[in-house]
Amino acid sequence: MFGFFLTSGLFLGWSLGANDASNVFGTAVGTKMIRFRTAAIFCSLFIILGAVISGAGASHTLGKLGSVNAVAGAFIVAFAAAASVYLMTRIGYPVSTSQAIVGAIIGWNFFSRSLTDTTALTKIVLTWAICPALAAAVSIILYKIVVFYIDHFNVHMFRMDFLTRYGLLIVGAFGAYSLGANNIANVMGVFVPVSPFSDISIFGILNLTSAQQLFFLGGAAIAVGVFTYSRKVMETVGGGIMELSPVAAFVVVSAHSIVLFIFASQGLESFLMRHDLPTIPLVPVSSSQAIVGAVIGIGLLKKGKSIRWRTLGGIASGWVVTPIIAGAISFFSLFFLQNVFEQQTYQPVPYALTSSALFRIEKADLPVDKLEQMVGKTFPNAIKFERALSELGLSHTERQFIMESSEIDKLKVTGEAISKMDADWFTAEQKESIKKLLDVVFAHKWQLAETLARSSPQWQFVENNKKQNQDLQNKLSYLYRLFRVKTEFKL
Amino acid sequence: MEFRILKRRLDIEKQIDDFLDRVSESGLLFKHGIDDYLKGNMSVFEEKMTHIYDTEHQGDELRRLIEEQLYIQTLIPESRGDVLELLENMDALLDRFKGALYRFDIEQPEIYPEFHEDFRELVNCVVEAVEAMVRSSRSFFKEISAVADHMHKVSYWETESDKISTRLQRAIFKKNELELSQKIQLRDFVMHVDKIADRAEDVSDKLSIYVIKRSL
Repeated sequence: MFGFFLTSGLFLGWSLGANDASNVFGTAVGTKMIRFRTAAIFCSLFIILGAVISGAGASHTLGKLGSVNAVAGAFIVAFAAAASVYLMTRIGYPVSTSQAIVGAIIGWNFFSRSLTDTTALTKIVLTWAICPALAAAVSIILYKIVVFYIDHFNVHMFRMDFLTRYGLLIVGAFGAYSLGANNIANVMGVFVPVSPFSDISIFGILNLTSAQQLFFLGGAAIAVGVFTYSRKVMETVGGGIMELSPVAAFVVVSAHSIVLFIFASQGLESFLMRHDLPTIPLVPVSSSQAIVGAVIGIGLLKKGKSIRWRTLGGIASGWVVTPIIAGAISFFSLFFLQNVFEQQTYQPVPYALTSSALFRIEKADLPVDKLEQMVGKTFPNAIKFERALSELGLSHTERQFIMESSEIDKLKVTGEAISKMDADWFTAEQKESIKKLLDVVFAHKWQLAETLARSSPQWQFVENNKKQNQDLQNKLSYLYRLFRVKTEFKL
Repeated sequence: MEFRILKRRLDIEKQIDDFLDRVSESGLLFKHGIDDYLKGNMSVFEEKMTHIYDTEHQGDELRRLIEEQLYIQTLIPESRGDVLELLENMDALLDRFKGALYRFDIEQPEIYPEFHEDFRELVNCVVEAVEAMVRSSRSFFKEISAVADHMHKVSYWETESDKISTRLQRAIFKKNELELSQKIQLRDFVMHVDKIADRAEDVSDKLSIYVIKRSL
């Protein structure tokens, strides 16, 4: 069964390669500075390296698909995202694979009657506008700098050609590396916990964990996507929106990488924080939207005359349509898989105001008396509970806190689960506090988190340390999955 | 690997410079050759003929070599066509110098001393026009912002050579001692030389388009 479910992950990887690779090498190929074959080889190589080396850090997080709580559901979500990206690739439009995934997850949310986090949606819509605008601004500035440099130093035409070519290759290789590192979790993450692979050692020098082997497979799928199907989108990016000069091509890819690095890098943010420097606000960015924005920037610098607005309009509507199609495919395929093949596509998450939940809500100074009539009832899913809550005249944040407190997620700390834990990831103290909880059962996730936080400061969130908190959150999510008690699924 | 590629890049830069040197050299050879012809130093004139023949041959070789590399190594994709056209046009100017010198050798026209000064001046203007064109081409590769300066001079020398050519043709046809056939032969020579400056200006016009295309 694992092999079968894996196919949709590989399909997603393939379509990611076919579409997103164009962001890093599209302009180089479009301007004929780098041959398609050379670009494909470099791109594949660095994607795989990025996936296996840097992607490993993400092997504990399931990527975006982590919220999908059944493997069959994840299979469909990955398939839906891949199919919508594939459709866009056929037309030759660069789209964002991660937005397609979010769209497909929303389809799953509808189907499983889970709540959709509206911030995820606004984030996508913001990305469509902010990201191209930022990239356009950066590419205009960068272009001016580069032109100033060229004009002042009188670089010979052939040396210029040499510099641009190798610049494109280097920036492209970096781009491909981070593409692999950032996206592999989305492609393969959900399959890591169920992977049948065991760690292997090659000549005793190179150790590959089972996650890395899986990531290698995913990286290979992306690479195959690059080779077999990325040419069309590359041509759109490199010459479809407007004809680019090689120097402009270089500026475009660099601007795209700069935007992704500055406005999305948590590493940079924590570095600035540590040195008491003002941080740059993190905004939602996407590689596909950045590259198109950067091309537009160059076009605007030339008064917009050379921009093919028709193609651009097509691309923009592609952005809007992709998550919608992904959501629709996801919803209908889930229906099909569940009712025809009788596969469990989600694990129901009920809600109930248990006494501990009520105690937590009261402690947070929320009006418990309003909730009185709901006590003792069990709500089968998030939508029903939310509907009941919405009649009580509570604010959005209050509702969210109540929902989080009453979400039933039965966890049991068993010896078997503890033995399966990734021992290297947790500190000795962290492990100690987990072991103390042997055979304890929790009805809510937050109970486990709060119990752990009480037993050790290493399980506590720290203010102003995003990176550490993120790491802690990942560890907690990992424990929830590990200790979750599987509930019987009823149709 | 990187260094080898960079070296190849430097090679082609040098080859282009060498090629343009050949064009420039052919202009000087033409100028001195005509001077020798007018002075009647026919043995020196013959030397110049062989020299220009060799120069033209070297120019052809270099041009072919450059073109081959441009295509095999897929260099400067955005300007490759333009550069090839420019090199071919420059080569055509070189050929014209050689052709004109050969024509003097074949037809051996009798040029009256009173026309010598104008002939020399005409040749000088034409050679200067081509020289300015060579400088424009060099700038096109090395310092694109300076191309316009040199191209301006191409136009200047072309206009000058037109003026001299008209003046010379008038003088030829006014000279009653000459047979009509002699007049027509001399006129042809004047026009043939003057044409080289015209061609240089045509190349310069094309170059200005290449510059616009390359402008960042």
